[in-house]
Amino acid sequence: MSTPRDERKPVTDEPVSLRVIGTRPPLYGAVDKVLGRAVFGADVSLPELLHGKVLRSPHAHARILSVDTRRAEGYPGVHAVVTARDLPEGAGEQSERDNTLAGDKVLYVGHPIAAIAAESPHIAEEALALIDVQYEVLPPVLDVRRAMQADAPLLHETLRTWSLAGQAASSSNVAEHLQHVKGDPERGFAEADVIVERSFTTTMVHQGYIEPHASTALWHPDGSLTVWTCTQGAFPVREHLSSLLDLPMARIRVVPTEIGGGFGGKASSYVDVVAALLARKAGRPVKVVMGRDEVLKATGPTPGTFIRVRMGARRDGRIVAAEAELCYEAGAYPGSSVGSGADTIFACYDIPNARVDGYDVVVNKPKTSSYRAPGATPAVFAVEQVVDELAERLCIDSLDFRLLNCAREGTRRVSGQPYPRVGFVEVLQAAKAHPHYSEPLGGPNRGRGIAFGYWGNWAGQSCCTISVNADGTVSLLTGSVDVSGALTGIAMQAAEELGLELRQVQARVADTASIGYTDVSAGSRTTFGTGLAAIEAARDVIAQMRARAARLWGVPVETVSYDRVAFTTSVDPTQRLSFRELAAQLSATGGPVMGRGNLDGDVLRRGGAPGLHIADVELDPETGKVTVLRYTAVQDVGRAVHPGNVEGQIKGGVAQGIGWALYEGCFYGEDGQLLNATLLDNKLPTAMDIPAVEPVIVEVPDPVHPYGVRGAGETPIVPVAGAIANALYRITGRRMERLPMTPAYVLERMGVI
Amino acid sequence: MKPFQYRAPTLLGEALSLLASAGQRARALAGGTDLLVQMRRGLINADLIVDVKKVFELNRLDFDPSDGLTIGAAVPLCRICESPEVAQHYPGLVDALSIIGSVAVRSRATVGGNLCNAAPSADSIPALIVHGAVCTVASREGTRQVPVARFCTGPGQTVLGPGELLVSVRVPPPRPRSGARYLRFTPRYEMDIAVVGVAAWLELSEGLTTIANARIALGAVAPTPLLAVEAGASLVGRTPSAAAFAEAAALAQSIGAPISDVRGTAAQRRHLVGILTRRALEGALQRARGAEPDGRQG
Ligand SMILES: Cc1cc2nc3c(=O)[nH]c(=O)nc-3n(C[C@H](O)[C@H](O)[C@H](O)COP(=O)(O)OP(=O)(O)OC[C@H]3O[C@@H](n4cnc5c(N)ncnc54)[C@H](O)[C@@H]3O)c2cc1C
Repeated sequence: MSTPRDERKPVTDEPVSLRVIGTRPPLYGAVDKVLGRAVFGADVSLPELLHGKVLRSPHAHARILSVDTRRAEGYPGVHAVVTARDLPEGAGEQSERDNTLAGDKVLYVGHPIAAIAAESPHIAEEALALIDVQYEVLPPVLDVRRAMQADAPLLHETLRTWSLAGQAASSSNVAEHLQHVKGDPERGFAEADVIVERSFTTTMVHQGYIEPHASTALWHPDGSLTVWTCTQGAFPVREHLSSLLDLPMARIRVVPTEIGGGFGGKASSYVDVVAALLARKAGRPVKVVMGRDEVLKATGPTPGTFIRVRMGARRDGRIVAAEAELCYEAGAYPGSSVGSGADTIFACYDIPNARVDGYDVVVNKPKTSSYRAPGATPAVFAVEQVVDELAERLCIDSLDFRLLNCAREGTRRVSGQPYPRVGFVEVLQAAKAHPHYSEPLGGPNRGRGIAFGYWGNWAGQSCCTISVNADGTVSLLTGSVDVSGALTGIAMQAAEELGLELRQVQARVADTASIGYTDVSAGSRTTFGTGLAAIEAARDVIAQMRARAARLWGVPVETVSYDRVAFTTSVDPTQRLSFRELAAQLSATGGPVMGRGNLDGDVLRRGGAPGLHIADVELDPETGKVTVLRYTAVQDVGRAVHPGNVEGQIKGGVAQGIGWALYEGCFYGEDGQLLNATLLDNKLPTAMDIPAVEPVIVEVPDPVHPYGVRGAGETPIVPVAGAIANALYRITGRRMERLPMTPAYVLERMGVI
Repeated sequence: MKPFQYRAPTLLGEALSLLASAGQRARALAGGTDLLVQMRRGLINADLIVDVKKVFELNRLDFDPSDGLTIGAAVPLCRICESPEVAQHYPGLVDALSIIGSVAVRSRATVGGNLCNAAPSADSIPALIVHGAVCTVASREGTRQVPVARFCTGPGQTVLGPGELLVSVRVPPPRPRSGARYLRFTPRYEMDIAVVGVAAWLELSEGLTTIANARIALGAVAPTPLLAVEAGASLVGRTPSAAAFAEAAALAQSIGAPISDVRGTAAQRRHLVGILTRRALEGALQRARGAEPDGRQG
């Protein structure tokens, strides 16, 4: 199969001539998915399989006085009932134990309390009603600012705030107060000719993956455990099982199934331990599949936030000072994404004086999980409206204002590190040159907005092996779950190194018994970090094969080279073997060749990917309905290994961003009930609500990667809400200080209702 | 979901006997796009499910210029929307039926199910009301006629007693110089539920200069879809004009008891009734004059 090279001219020059990278082959497994042959979490089936269901708290905040499971245990068809008492004593972190099966308290509606394994899911469900739980209901606290007040109800009596000053003496819902300071913010504001300050609130949003969490556990007679689960990372699930079940890691095999979306939400484990506990007690394999309402009530939303931003600029257009306060809802247990929100909020700009305060705050809602560029979207929604307002007040074109102030190589971020080479300027210039930025809007009640966002790459740890087959094909294994088509991009990098065509490389995702530790597929790391491991494995293969050629030819190995076409030796120009010819000789020259790549990508200096988005929206001023008419997303991706897949990531991120901007949110009643626990009322946009998104790929190679690859998957969601808000401002003259910007909110801001 | 009996009779009498035999514990099943969802969520428990899709009387879709349109209760919406006669004579009805759910939902969902599910936001009901549609209801005891405007009695509640089945809905023949329009407001383009729905029907006098007859019906502003009697009456005898439509819209806004919930606020709903009433009247007027309004849904 030969696929055409990408036709479009990249923004930077081609450094080397590439044969595989930059082409658009079909993704591994895509046809299986289209034909319904891919095996997802809920598709796993085993002989003697039982079905598990979870009893969940109806209260947002309550003390558990007693749990009586006796009637459920006696119900015909029930094989096992488990509660927190079935977790091995002292195993694992308390918050992880409690979020798996509640101990003394329930902290959100949907908090798991007990689980039942039965002959059918229906029997298990019926038996749930027979579990008698006595509660002492407590007042819930649902809003981040309320939770920060001194007299707010406390979720955890022992939680005390960590800050730079150490740990506070008294209990609080604030788990952490973090702070970054650069320069002298007070002096900076004193220098400013224009200062803009605004506050913003955003609601929790669910990642909205379509496949519910599903896990199947099977205990073997030797006491080892196999778990099939849909996850973004089989190894983190293994670690989680090992710690909560007090079981050696080697005795657990986690098999990742195909995954029907995750977006960060499947970086957390919810039902794996429950399935394992039920299976152990029942003595039979157990599958637990969550329902949609369980997913929406009890799994990973992204934090709701309160964000205050203040920025000052001089008349000459330079931003001289900035200040932000980010208060993030962690949900029931500490650990919101406020850290990366604080890291990202001013990331696009070179600001001499700045201060960022971040607060990680627990509230009576589910424990939050990562969501595509965790913490960044609300922060950028806030800061990009303030930047837009500064530009307007200074009468400078919004894009020019960003060009004037954007970060460059060497700019030190407010949070510390100086930037390596990143294409901030190139992205802004490409946006400015794009016809979308200057073409007329073409109708009334329309507005155009832009926003600038950045997301850093995490490289993480990855393993990859490549085995050479006698026919010259290779089998590649990685521990990275294929959430985004990244497996194909990883294999393309190996193929490039090996001088093979992609069809000669078969890549597969390995289970945890078959490869070394690999981090979750998340953080824009997979094509970058696991790609590096694949390159390392490929280079290892080539090194070993050079040695085999040397042995065959009786020449020193240093004289043998491989130019991705043939192995040759400088000693004897008549000797020449292709990869395939040499592969056929391996058996006779010492046996199989297997290359390995195992690395910690974070020892490399970190880059990231900036994106500038341009949104045209139309407002129905009578109903408040907003339609996105045209959307262009310009992004530095380093190098697009598979341009089609990169474009898919950009389009998907923008679609999710539009959902977050206009439709989606987790809405809670005063008692902490989730009011929209269905996809009817948790309004993910449909294809009809999303315009044709035009991705514009800018390639400023990341110097730490042999092919210049940057992580590209998360940046595309970051600027969307900000760009739409800025477009709405052009129509309404009002700044949008809330997400989602629902029709009712827009009408309220306009003073219509 | 609890176990239940499933029967799929082909004769109306058989269906009625089955329903009578199980009383309150029996449920008719048409497309199942409401029923199955509600059973899964434990909101409905039934011992006997009577699938009515194979019953002849419930599958009729007949148009007769003097008799009007008869829609069997189990006819899937897509079949109705694809009918050239329905499109020609009842475009205001197509407005409503063609936006329910998605293509997949409409290939199963029925007008009978939409009526019997009796959601305050059900899209077909305001449109059927302004067309003056009448339900035919049968039980082992016999048959009765109930105007659609009186069919729903509360959220999920209808006039149907135990053992009664909705057989069909009859829409009167189209009147010359009349036109109808249904509009709803939803945040999403499709797969969404009306925050407010408004249907309007107008009949013009012979010279096309005044309004001879008008009906307006509202969805999602009260426990049942409402016929806005005064709003409609205010238009009779008047020249169609912005002022007349604004007055009718204001009267429509004054009825009902919109609530605030996760789908919208009371103030937003009242506001939308005004906007959509005006727009629906404008669309109905265009149709009464033989023109086709723009493609907007809300
Ligand atoms: C994804 C999705 C989107 C939707 N979008 C919309 C929308 O945009 N607008 C809208 O109005 N609705 C919408 N609905 C709701 C639903 O599709 C409609 O109400 C539909 O018309 C119901 O028809 P059905 O044939 O599926 O009814 P069923 O589910 O079969 O039945 C509904 C109820 O009516 C009873 N019933 C059915 N037929 C009879 C009969 N002949 N006599 C007596 N009782 C009967 C059943 O017992 C049940 O209680 C949506 C549903 C889904 C799942």
